[in-house]
Amino acid sequence: MFLARVLGNVVATVKDPGLAGQKLLLIQPVDGAGRPVRTPLVALDAVGVGPGEMVYYCRGREASFPWLPATVPADLSIVGVVDPAANPNLQARP
Amino acid sequence: MIIAEVVDEIVATRKHPSHEGRKLLLVQPLELEGAPRGAPFLALDAVDAGAGDRVLVVVEGYAAMTAVGRPQSPINAAVVGVIDRVDLARN
Amino acid sequence: MVLARVIGTVVATRKDPRLEGMKLLVVRPVSPQGRDESGYLVAVDTVGAGFKEQVLIVQGSSARMAALCKDRPVDAAIVGIVDTVESER
Repeated sequence: MFLARVLGNVVATVKDPGLAGQKLLLIQPVDGAGRPVRTPLVALDAVGVGPGEMVYYCRGREASFPWLPATVPADLSIVGVVDPAANPNLQARP
Repeated sequence: MIIAEVVDEIVATRKHPSHEGRKLLLVQPLELEGAPRGAPFLALDAVDAGAGDRVLVVVEGYAAMTAVGRPQSPINAAVVGVIDRVDLARN
Repeated sequence: MVLARVIGTVVATRKDPRLEGMKLLVVRPVSPQGRDESGYLVAVDTVGAGFKEQVLIVQGSSARMAALCKDRPVDAAIVGIVDTVESER
């Protein structure tokens, strides 16, 4: 799994039926100090997060498992939220 | 499996239920000589490892799910051993 | 599968119980000509490979199809000791 900050939402009207009703989020992967690494990505939300939050995501086929038995064509999904109080390097941003 | 050092424990209260009850560890992959190799990532803990430990990490989803006993879960990596020693053959 | 060479062993007393008794070897990928490539892996030995031997590594979920690896947290296994590699180049 990997750390990222949620940058915002992505809206797509035309999409695979398996993505219907799914929230698409733009995320910026970060390192252990919260600094951006790599290019932003689009992930599905498996836990209910919002812009600015520091999260972690899963990638690959496993990323679709939160929605089993539904078939969701996801290769990136947000699976947790980092607690700001316990991780001073990884603060949420408004 | 790869060799990595545990950098930190990351606390996450809100998370997928399959991650409950397991430590979430930020691990830095290492070269055999001990230098950092690539970017750190997160792994669930199966052996009660902690910051500073040199560990073995499985980096394939199903192996990781097996390690933490959570099949069919969104898990990419798990810490499966704490390394005592690496012995390298001389060339 | 990839070709690799055994370059070391890993000792880990505290490990997943399903790895107990399994030999953990450090392997380095090699070219068909036997030249070292970059990187390394820690793989479970299922065939009795020794130091410096050239071996076959299977990675990913297929590693658990190797003997003794079923239902264990293994993502790389040594599944053969290479006798020879014949290559046109």
